[in-house]
Formats: sequence, C-alpha cells, structure tokens
Amino acid sequence: MLYFSRLKIISIIVFCLSLIFFSISNFINNEDFFLKKKVNLGLDLQGGSYLLLEVDKNPVINQTLQSKLTQVRNYFKKKEIKTFDYKLGKQKVLFKSDTNDQEKILELFKNDNELNPYFDVYKSYQYNVELIDNIFELTLTKYGIIEIEQSLLDQAIEIVRKRVDEVGTNEPSITKSGSNRIAVELPGLDNPDRIKSLLGRTANLTFRFVTQNTDASFGSEKLKDLDTGEELNVSKRIIISGDNLIDAKPQMDNINNETVVSFTLDRLGARKFGRATKNGIGKQLAIVLDNQIISAPVIRDVIASGSGQISGGFTFQSATDLALLLRSGALPAPLDIIEERTVGPDLGEDSIKAGVLSLIIGFILVILYMIYKYRLFGLISNFALIINLFMLLGFLTIFEATLTLPGIAGIILTVGMAVDANVLIFERIKEELKKEKNKVIAFDNGYTLSRTAILDANITTIIAALILFVFGSGPVKGFSVTLSIGILTTLFSVYYIARLLTSLYVIKNKNNEVTIK
Amino acid sequence: MTGKYLFNKYYNLSNIISLILFIISIFFLTFKGLNYGVDFKGGTLIELRSDNTNYKTEDIRGAFNKLNLDDLSVKKFGAEGDYVIKFKRSDLNEPDFIKNLKNDLDNYLEDYSFRRVENVGPKVSAELLQDGVTAIAIALAAMLIYIWFRFEWQFSIGAIVAIFHDVIITLGIFSLLSLEINLSIVAAVLTIVGYSMNDTVVIFDRVRENLKKYADIKIFDLTNLSINETLSRTLITSVTTLLALLSIFFFGGEILKGFSFAMILGVILGTYSSIFIANPVLVYFKVSQKTLIKEED
Repeated sequence: MLYFSRLKIISIIVFCLSLIFFSISNFINNEDFFLKKKVNLGLDLQGGSYLLLEVDKNPVINQTLQSKLTQVRNYFKKKEIKTFDYKLGKQKVLFKSDTNDQEKILELFKNDNELNPYFDVYKSYQYNVELIDNIFELTLTKYGIIEIEQSLLDQAIEIVRKRVDEVGTNEPSITKSGSNRIAVELPGLDNPDRIKSLLGRTANLTFRFVTQNTDASFGSEKLKDLDTGEELNVSKRIIISGDNLIDAKPQMDNINNETVVSFTLDRLGARKFGRATKNGIGKQLAIVLDNQIISAPVIRDVIASGSGQISGGFTFQSATDLALLLRSGALPAPLDIIEERTVGPDLGEDSIKAGVLSLIIGFILVILYMIYKYRLFGLISNFALIINLFMLLGFLTIFEATLTLPGIAGIILTVGMAVDANVLIFERIKEELKKEKNKVIAFDNGYTLSRTAILDANITTIIAALILFVFGSGPVKGFSVTLSIGILTTLFSVYYIARLLTSLYVIKNKNNEVTIK
Repeated sequence: MTGKYLFNKYYNLSNIISLILFIISIFFLTFKGLNYGVDFKGGTLIELRSDNTNYKTEDIRGAFNKLNLDDLSVKKFGAEGDYVIKFKRSDLNEPDFIKNLKNDLDNYLEDYSFRRVENVGPKVSAELLQDGVTAIAIALAAMLIYIWFRFEWQFSIGAIVAIFHDVIITLGIFSLLSLEINLSIVAAVLTIVGYSMNDTVVIFDRVRENLKKYADIKIFDLTNLSINETLSRTLITSVTTLLALLSIFFFGGEILKGFSFAMILGVILGTYSSIFIANPVLVYFKVSQKTLIKEED
C-alpha cells in the first residue's frame, strides 16, 4: 500500500489544490475576484429571522365541501335522480335518496369523473362515498385533502413571497415545508415584528353595503367598525373584492390632513363599483378587511373612474402596510406562525468569534499533542489535518452549504476525530515494526491491517450523521453536514496525503533507522 | 499472553458500578425527568442583554414578573448582563406579541436589547421531540444492524449494551443537574452513539483478528489482550477528541456549552464502556473461534 504512481501523485495534488482554491475564495473580499462562491452563514451566525407558517386548511375544506354539496345536488337534479336532505356535517356532506336509486348513485360516484374525479398520480378518487343507514356520506379522501393542501400551499407561498419582497429584506428564502407549511428565512432581519404582522393577516378586502333590513337572498352579518367601535349590519353581498384591485398606495390627503390608502380598480371592478355607487347614493358603504370594518363612508357621488380612497384613521405606517397587503392580494387561508427564531446580528457575530476561537485553540492543542506523541509522523498527520480542513471548507463552498454554529462544532469535532485514523495506523505500524525487519513491509502491513477498523469506525459515525441530517432541523442539520463531509475528507487526507508523505519518507530511509516514537 | 494491564480483573466490579449508575439514571429519568428547553416543551425563549450594570438577576426577574407570564424562568447566561428568559404563552397567533412585550417591559427596564427570540408552538415542539427520539432510535437500530452485518450477533449486543449505557447515563446526569435538553443535545447524543460505536468497533475488530489467530486463548484473556493492543489508540483518540471538545466548552460560547458538555460526558463514558461493558458481554456469551467459524459455514 505504499507505492504511488506518478500519475496518482499528480492527481492527488491537483485534487487538493483545487479544493483549497475554492476554500480560499471565502477569505478574499475582493469584488473583482472571479470566484464569487462562499460558504453561506446560517441565521444563527449572521443574524436573522426564521418563521415557520402553517396554512390552516380547515376553512378551505369547509368551503370545498359547501360547493361540492351544491354541485352534487345540481348534478343529480340534471340526471333526474331524486336526492334530498342535504346537510353539511363535520368534514362531510350528507344526503339521502330513494332506496332503489342507491346502487345507481354509488355507481356514478365510481365512474363519473365529473362527479368524483380520479387522480391518476395518486391512484385515488377525490371523494369517498359510503352509505350508512340509508344516508350517503361524502368525505374527502386522503389524497383529496392533499390535493387541496397543495394548491392552497402553492397560492399561499406566492402571496407570502410577494409580501416579503415588498418589504424589501435582503435575500429572503421562502420554501415549502411538508404538506402544509411554509418556511421563511430572513437573513439580517433582527426585528421580524412587521413581517409577522403582515403575514398574520389574510387581507381579505370586500366592499359591501351597510343594510338595515336583513337582505333575503344573501343574508347579512354584524361586523365591528374598528374606527367607532360600534357594530353595523353588513350585507353578505360583495360589490367588489380585493381581487379587483390593481394598485394601492398610501397617500397624504391634504384636505382632511390625514393619511389614506388610494386604490385603482381593474375594468370589471370599476364598472361594478360605478354601478353600485350610482344606485347607492346616500347609502353607507362598508369597507371590510378580514371581517372588520375599517371605514364605512356614506356614498355622496357616483365613482366611475375606478379609483378611490380608503380613510380610516391610519398612521403613515399602517396605511403603507394596508396598501402593501392589498397590492399583494389575499391569502387563500389564514397562516399560523407556529415557530419563530430570531437572532440579532451582534449575537451572530459573537457566535462566529467564539466558534472560530475555539476552532483555533482546539486545532492547536490537537496539533501539539500529535507532535508530542509521534514527532515526525505527528507532523505528517498534522499536515494532512490542515489540508483536510481546507478541503472540508472547499467542499462546503462548492456545495454552497450553510455553516451554522453547531456546524462549526462539527468541524472542531472533525479535527479531534480526524487524527483517529492516523493514530490507528501509526499504532499498528509500531506493532508491526516490532515483528518485521523490513521497514517497508512493516509500514505496508500497518496500513493494510488497520484498514477494516478505520472503515468500520468511520462508517458508523457517518450513519449517525446521516440520520441526523434526515431528522435534524435548522442549525443542527449544519452539524451533520460538516461532520459527514469532514469524515470523507478525513479518509482522503489519511489515505492519500498522509500515506503519500509517509511512503516517500520510508522508501527514502529504508536502510536507516525509522521509528514512530 | 494477556497484555500488560489486567482490565479483565475489573470486569465484574465495573459492571456492578455501571449497573448501579444505570439504575440511578433510569430512576432520575423516570421520577425527575428531563429539563426540556423550548424546542421540545414549546414556549418562548428570549436572550436579553442589558447594558445597565446595576441590574441584578432579581431586577430582570422582577420586571418580567410584572408582565403576567406563565411558567417564567430567568437565568444568567454566560457574560455579565446576559440573561435567558423562558416562559409559556397562551396566544401563539398574536403577531405583535414581542412588540407589545417590549413596550410593556420599557416601563420597568432600560438599556436592554433582545439578542435572540425563539418561539416554538406546541405542535412543532411535539414534532421536534418525536423526531429527536425517532432519530436516536433509528441510529441505535442502524448501528445494531451494521455491527451484526460486519461481526456476529454477540458483538452486536455488546456494542448496543455499551451505547445504551453511555446514552442513558449521559441523560441521567443531565437530569440530575437539571441541564437543558434542546435540539443540539440530540445532535450530541447521536454523535455519542457514533463515537461509542467507533471505539467499540476498533477493539472488536482486534478481538476478531485475535480469535482467528489464537485458538488456545480463552475469550476472557483474549479480550484483555485486544484491549491492551488497542489501548494507546483508544487513549490518544479520546485525548484529541476531548481537547477539541474542551476547547468548544470553554471558548465556544454559551450556546454550545450544553452540547459540548454532553459530548465530553459521552466521550469519557464511551471510552470506558468500550473497554468495560462491550468486552464483558463477549465473555458472557462465551464467544470463541467456533463462533466465527460457524458463521462462515
């Protein structure tokens, strides 16, 4: 195992140098340097905010079932099959039919794609139908729910992205997490209060009339006026909604000397709004945001231009936020903030300093100890260790991995454990030197005989690291990344760098005294 | 020919001590339990730095006490003027919670800043805990299978008993000292599992080699010989790993303290158990050359 061909030596050197080259780009701050790759710092090191949002799917599922109920009723009416007693149960639609139609209805739910879509991808129907005590129970299948969740999540993530982008934070990362969650990472942001309050609102805007009589066809509901605190009876009939808005911005109203939000409607919205204001002069118009009235002005004139103003005692900040919410659109469902982690930039900086300091100290201690234990071979092992660290950093750079505080701990631990393989080899060589006169053979045996132990030992650590990668979250994941890459670079540095140097030394000194202290 | 130091003389004694420590640890884990951090218990953690040097822990606690927070705890955290405050909150969905909290706090404290805020909902904390336990369970199972694959089942049991010993006693000490269990401790425990395994495997590898070489040495002495032959490696690696860990413990900042402490315990226990727990198990199962040959047939 001591012989290296020239080609092999050259490839080892080239491989190491290229990784070292990548690692060096982390230390160069020059803008002109052609390599822009750097290791990403985790939020715990550079400071920033992490928010985990969960989409509340239940209101949407209820809505879906509600409209399914209508669809099913109309469907059977058209087919001239008598169905009756429609009810919306808990997560299900209930209805009855004549007994002799039951078979036919069940059959239709199986075969008619319009009534009950079949998802080829999941090999499943959207709805599950059961006949219990002569009552049909229609529930969403597991995949029916997943389908809803996915489209919900797709819409929600789009809106979240718009809102976060509008606030203008530095390189935000917004990703799906599982089936109903969105992870938002906001590097450098040490106060997420504003983003939190922006994401915590659905921003469902509607313009509706305030009515006295309970409107028969649409119904009405009592809503609270945020300005005056009184409750008004508002029609459920929607004149225009936030969907009709194409722009919104905060503005100073010079006449009343207050901040307002001015908005522009699309063509359809402008037409609807014009008609409504024409018919409703003298009536009170409620501007409702998330089931609260922000203002309820009396209509004095026809507004046909498609633009208008909302006033509601705003500060400049709250007007700006409302305009932003209206521009980005309404969320399809409410979002709950179920996890939040914020690290201030000064703490991040302290963590980097502490991490680097402990890395340097740990490194120096290990290096001195190895020199004390093995003298020249300690130096060889240390050299391999240094190259090892640069290669580890090089890999992290190439993969643009995220370095976290536990990640730095992983690197330090790699330093401590990296020498293990060399120790195993050196100890084995010592044993072999006692038995074997020929030094080259003794060294060769040392390497060969220690190999299984080294592989076993490192594979077990890699297993632990990989499991941590799968189950770990946040900064801890960074630990598993550095630990597993560290093990790989360690094996390389031991078997290619340290062994190369050892073999060069031994072959050169094969007739002289060679001892590992 | 059994090696310079007679470790096997102490197999029985050390097993009794380990068993006692193990039982005490189980006792603590059952009756005192673990001090879960917000990661696993849910709630809010705030790391606060005050620039006003006149404040004492009582002043900070007093200020937070006035805010009507459930389950409040206030502790010093590393450097002078740094505190960690933990509490439960009822309404997780209030986006302005921290903002309002700061406004209220301004009435009682000045010259302070929040360096870190962590808020974990009950759903997430339950999942994180479950993930942590699953990860450790899978790691143990994976190790068991790997060793079984590479060696024989007797070795596999020896290694697993040793790992269990290390993990349970480490957690027992955390329970005894009421140290916080958070996500990084799970990482530490997994690394301990890997490290302890690593140490055991190196000795087992030598035991297997010696089993093939010497038919006439009984397993009791053969394990001792193998331990001796690999002893300097065991010690040197433990020392270098400990040097690195001590460096993290003393210089790596408060956040890594718990992690490095758990690892230090784990490395010491792992080194001990790979010698005094894993090997006696082989003796107990009367492993011999036949064990290996039978497998090869």
